[in-house]
Amino acid sequence: MKLIILNDYDQASEWAAKYIRNKILQFSPGPNKYFTLGLPTGSTPLGCYKKLIEYYKNGDLSFQYVKTFNMDEYVGLPRDHPESYHSFMWNNFFKHIDIKAENTHILDGNTADLQAECESFEKKITAAGGIQLFVGGIGPDGHIAFNEPGSSLVSRTRVKTLAKDTIMANARFFDGDLSKVPTMALTVGVGTVMDAKEVMILITGAHKAFALYKAIEEGVNHMWTVSAFQQHPQTIFVCDEDATLELRVKTVKYFKGMMHVHNKLVESPPSEPKKN
Amino acid sequence: MPSNKSVSDAPITQFINCRILRDNELQREDLWVREGRILDPEKLFFDEQGYADKRVDCEGSIIAPGFIDVQINGGYGIDFSQASEDVSDGVSFVAKKILEHGVTSFCPTLVTSPPEVYHKVLPQVKVHDGGPHGAGVLGFHLEGPFISAEKKGAHPEKYLRTFKSGGLEHLMEVYGSLDDVAIVTLAPELPGSQSVVRELSQRGITVSLGHSAADLSQAEEAVQQGASFITHLFNAMLPFHHRDPGIVGLLTSDGIPAGRAVYYGMIADGIHTNPAALRIAHRAHPSGLVLVTDAITAMGLPPGRHTLGQQVIEIQGLHAYVAGTKTLSGSIATMDMCVRHFKQASGCSVQEALEAASLHPAQLLGISPKKGKLDYGSDADLVLLDEGLHVKATYISGEEVWRKGQ
Repeated sequence: MKLIILNDYDQASEWAAKYIRNKILQFSPGPNKYFTLGLPTGSTPLGCYKKLIEYYKNGDLSFQYVKTFNMDEYVGLPRDHPESYHSFMWNNFFKHIDIKAENTHILDGNTADLQAECESFEKKITAAGGIQLFVGGIGPDGHIAFNEPGSSLVSRTRVKTLAKDTIMANARFFDGDLSKVPTMALTVGVGTVMDAKEVMILITGAHKAFALYKAIEEGVNHMWTVSAFQQHPQTIFVCDEDATLELRVKTVKYFKGMMHVHNKLVESPPSEPKKN
Repeated sequence: MPSNKSVSDAPITQFINCRILRDNELQREDLWVREGRILDPEKLFFDEQGYADKRVDCEGSIIAPGFIDVQINGGYGIDFSQASEDVSDGVSFVAKKILEHGVTSFCPTLVTSPPEVYHKVLPQVKVHDGGPHGAGVLGFHLEGPFISAEKKGAHPEKYLRTFKSGGLEHLMEVYGSLDDVAIVTLAPELPGSQSVVRELSQRGITVSLGHSAADLSQAEEAVQQGASFITHLFNAMLPFHHRDPGIVGLLTSDGIPAGRAVYYGMIADGIHTNPAALRIAHRAHPSGLVLVTDAITAMGLPPGRHTLGQQVIEIQGLHAYVAGTKTLSGSIATMDMCVRHFKQASGCSVQEALEAASLHPAQLLGISPKKGKLDYGSDADLVLLDEGLHVKATYISGEEVWRKGQ
């Protein structure tokens, strides 16, 4: 694991965005060679998305040959509802960049056969050659995507009933009306994310500190599903100071000491003549 | 990168680098248009996996719904109230010229005239859509002849009329036809007005109170019967009085039926209404304010004498008087001038100033959200403006119909 500790949310977002940018550029995607990216929703990745949009607008990054797979989507929520993850991705990312619609994949929570939709999603990932880099966040209860505590660490894309805590936390997006909050969601499994070549988890804020502690300083445990990535060969956790509040001083010092090496990963690539 | 044709293979235009008037605010969003209507880009992306065929760089312009002028008597030498053989040509001429002012739809207005004029003029112009040929015609605005002699303003006294028994039938005799009529201005204190107001409203015609000496209760009665507009507030009506506010009192009346709204026309040319009065009206009832030009034949023409209806008027600077008097005859301000003046005089926001010329007239005529809004599905009648609200370009059904400098 690489633990990247930045001072604040904005710096963490920028570091993560630069990392993604560099990964895509180094991969040199083209018409026969797409870069596949797994993507999250929520407030944590917003800063990262803003930075990526900036890199696109500056001409430093193109999403023309990038395929994306989102982690999850609510069941039964109309696709154009402002709180759907389709709307989130459109408003916060897709509409600002040059990605092609057919290269984006978000689970459809309104199909008749949800199970088939999940299986089809897994097949699409395989058909795309697997995911190069899966970006995710962490819930206060240590969950990745909607893999709530108790989810199998080898789970695949499936339908999940949301925990009461999650529903309560989401109520603020539905005018505080619990009856309007979706109770089920389609989500990639822990196993699905583990299959990615590389995993990057964004964690910012003091309210996530305990979950980060459980995820990286305690054992692998299905009660804190992000801990599964201890067993992935290429995991990178990007966080701000506040998210490290529950970690051992020793852990924090160790990884801060490596920042000069890790920062090489986000250096601006050597400038090249821009391709069309 | 066109759409995948699953829904439509019509070309898609994307307006970029713009601020659009939507949901009562200026938003930094792109505007998408297909087949003459505003398109939902999210639906296009996810359902059709489509993209824009053409991008228009607005260079930071504001995009507002095209302006709608519900009171305009002519312009550029054309007088709609003249009973000529080629009224239709005259209306078309003005319709094309007002595109320069950002007006994409209008109601050609006829002042008090004898029946012969109505019978000749009305059949020559039908309600029709705008386009490269000019702004769309929403229907006539018949201002008179059923108005008050006391408040006739510039209207010729000899052609004023009162309602005879038989209400609407008599109206039909005078006008000939109501098929392409959008608005009728009348004085509600005239005996027999109630049934006329009711019947006109039921036919879907907007009834406006104006050129009237009505008191507040007479005005409220008319509203209850269906009237929904006030013709050029303050002008040609009793002044506001604290014990009988008259028609002006409708702005804050509690006698308006639930679910109904009263709109009022304002000639914001800096001449017809003192800015302080404009502010009082705006603050009392901001959502009802409809900017109108009440432009006359001389709009767009140099100073001098010109005809309006059956009378002669004289231009002096920005003023237009009944020749030989100091009675205002109508204005020569253009719609975009009115928008700018309204904003400056009232201190309102850009969004409010633009809505007074687009959203509110559309709501008045019951044609919102098709017109007057930039909602998904609304007609793509647009006006591109710079920071100072000067018109840079005008579009109708998504097609550019005028651009500054061309």
